[in-house]
Amino acid sequence: MRMKALIIAAAIGTVAGSAFVATASAEDTIYVPLFTYRTGPFAVSGIPIANGMHDYLEMLNQRDGGIGGVKLAIEECETGYDTKKGVECYETVKDKKPVMINPYSTGITLQIIPKASVDKIPVLSMAYGLSASANGTYFPWIFNAPATYWDGASVFVRYIAQKEGGVDKLKGKKIGLVHLDAPYGKEPIPVLEALAKDYGFELVLYPVPAAEMLNQSSLWLNVRRDKPDWIYMQGFGAMNPTAVKEAAKIGYPMDHLIGVWWAGNEADGVGAEGKGYQSLSFTNIGTNFPVIQDIMKHVVSKGKTQTTKDEVGLNFYNRAVYNAILIAEGIRNAQKLTGKKVVTGEDVRRGLETINLTEARLKEIGASDFAPITRVTCEDHNGHNDAFLVQWDGAKWNKASENIKPITDKVIPLADAAAKDYAEKNAGWPKRTEACDKSS
Amino acid sequence: MLLYKIFIDPFVQMGASPDLFVQTLWEGLVAGVLYALIALGFVLIFKASGVFNFAQGIMVVFGALTLVGIYEILVRWGISQENVAAFLALGLTIGVMFLLAFAVERIVLKPLVNQPDIILFMATFGLTYFLIGFGEYVFGGSSKVMIADQLYLPKGFIDLKILGGVVSLQKIDIAAAVIASIMVTGLALFFSKTRIGRALRAVADSHKAALSVGISLDQIWVIVWFASGLVALVTGIMWGARSEVSFALEVIALRALPVLILGGFTSIPGAIVGGLIIGIGEKLGDFYWGALLGRGIESWLAYFIALVFLLFRPQGLFGEKIIERV
Repeated sequence: MRMKALIIAAAIGTVAGSAFVATASAEDTIYVPLFTYRTGPFAVSGIPIANGMHDYLEMLNQRDGGIGGVKLAIEECETGYDTKKGVECYETVKDKKPVMINPYSTGITLQIIPKASVDKIPVLSMAYGLSASANGTYFPWIFNAPATYWDGASVFVRYIAQKEGGVDKLKGKKIGLVHLDAPYGKEPIPVLEALAKDYGFELVLYPVPAAEMLNQSSLWLNVRRDKPDWIYMQGFGAMNPTAVKEAAKIGYPMDHLIGVWWAGNEADGVGAEGKGYQSLSFTNIGTNFPVIQDIMKHVVSKGKTQTTKDEVGLNFYNRAVYNAILIAEGIRNAQKLTGKKVVTGEDVRRGLETINLTEARLKEIGASDFAPITRVTCEDHNGHNDAFLVQWDGAKWNKASENIKPITDKVIPLADAAAKDYAEKNAGWPKRTEACDKSS
Repeated sequence: MLLYKIFIDPFVQMGASPDLFVQTLWEGLVAGVLYALIALGFVLIFKASGVFNFAQGIMVVFGALTLVGIYEILVRWGISQENVAAFLALGLTIGVMFLLAFAVERIVLKPLVNQPDIILFMATFGLTYFLIGFGEYVFGGSSKVMIADQLYLPKGFIDLKILGGVVSLQKIDIAAAVIASIMVTGLALFFSKTRIGRALRAVADSHKAALSVGISLDQIWVIVWFASGLVALVTGIMWGARSEVSFALEVIALRALPVLILGGFTSIPGAIVGGLIIGIGEKLGDFYWGALLGRGIESWLAYFIALVFLLFRPQGLFGEKIIERV
């Protein structure tokens, strides 16, 4: 009985204590929730992403005392890459006045998009989410820099056109899309269909249901029969290494299998079997960057992270650090624009809309040659940046191409039309009333 | 045109590329044997306790992660011979699976004897989430590479140049099919020809009656949960070697559901035949008819095949016909 009373008392004490901490800290910190997935079938991709985002923001806390003298209150919400859990996370954090949401799932992003303008919380879906949301006129609260999935797919098409000897050589070719059968995986289909029509290649779709991620043998038998000339893979989590293994198993030429930037985890290369497999990228790999060295010094070596030393600098880790740089730039810009130290979601929306990561600015924050030059404006929340290819050598990724431009003359009109269509289909979609800041 | 695509074209394709047809059959056979193995884990526990063990999937993950985790620890501790470390890890993992079976019997099942089946079923839900959390706490959520080489599992492939083409047999798939077949046969014989097997059938009929004739319910439950644990471990090793060792493996275990619907929850031969029918059926279906339905149809095709069978045999292929009179 005494024991029971003690447990109840301890529980009440803990709840009361934590409530106090939350109240006391909310007033002088900037609350940045991170939706992460360190568990479940997609954890293999989710863990380095969660670590990279956390470690950069924590580094700012440790090195600079936060941003503009205000500490960042970083809180992870575990989604398991499950849309329902992601929406639950959103509902949980929104009352704590977050300055932005990082959903890290296209499915979750699609659910949150209509809520963002209502709750006045900007959404940063860094190189994922709805491609059409690059249009800032229709989606003032959504940001998806530095490139959309449509840009990525068009970079793939431009690359294979180069390899084949010109766009005209694509006529009559068969291009496969192996994709997760989920909103994320389906996202590049419209642009690939449009490019197939324009350039005369045949697009063959190979969907992988989430339940079949580890059981892809019949899909790759189909590939063996269809003999596509090139394959683009929009996969994630455990789907990618299985696909690479199956491709090797049927003897598919590995350098003709090219993954989107989320199919370029170190685990996706699957050792020697995956040698030659390529993936898109826009951030560089390794630890030889001042920003990464600062993370090592102020966070990793002090044990203020779940990351081990050998995980720092890997592909997804660095990409997530870039994501966190965008978060920080958005907050910093908001402080400059408003003159306030503790900024709100509405302020940070303006901050994100004025992101201008020039070469000089990247150098200033220790990310020169690490991350792409990124400019966001009122109209363009993306930038439609270049991407390049990295190739798996059996043990690690190596840069395999120069920067390749997306086919923007096709992608941007399609994205704008899709944005307009989205607004028309969602009755009552609000017209943009948010003013543009001068610096954008 | 549609009728041609459904009833003629697939068979024309089979005739035109017989090597691909044989390759598809082979892939189906390998998948089928592995499905049978997973289904067997469910059947054993269902026979002993009348409970559908929802935790079977996570036991596959837990077994595989434990094996790789212990191996990594042993190597860190300085056991330089990789093969020695791997087999030591295998032995220790079998020990862990026994401890798990013992703990499940003591902590979960024993206090629930004679409770309605739904209570036991819900207890396996609890066990699932406990094992997910415990596994992630101990091993982390990152994927691991199965220690296939260290366990002397073969790698590479054999290309058979037959039927005017090539049929490629992965050596790991051959090993998986052989090991799974031996295991399925061994367990089937063990539970049908031995005293424990007869005791298991008595427990399946009635806990109370089995207790009254002196059968130790505790012992039987530990044995079947241990056997299911071993099945889960072998499944984890084989699927892990084919793809990766991660929590995504849990989903694979659910592939056994249509096998159970088809084969019956209480029949070991049903699990075997059901596994093969589902494995081969879904591969052939997806390969020859999948394009008509937008591809990627495997996940529901297996259930469709099982439901079609149920129209004719509601008790499953080998399930017992139960007639309850009011």
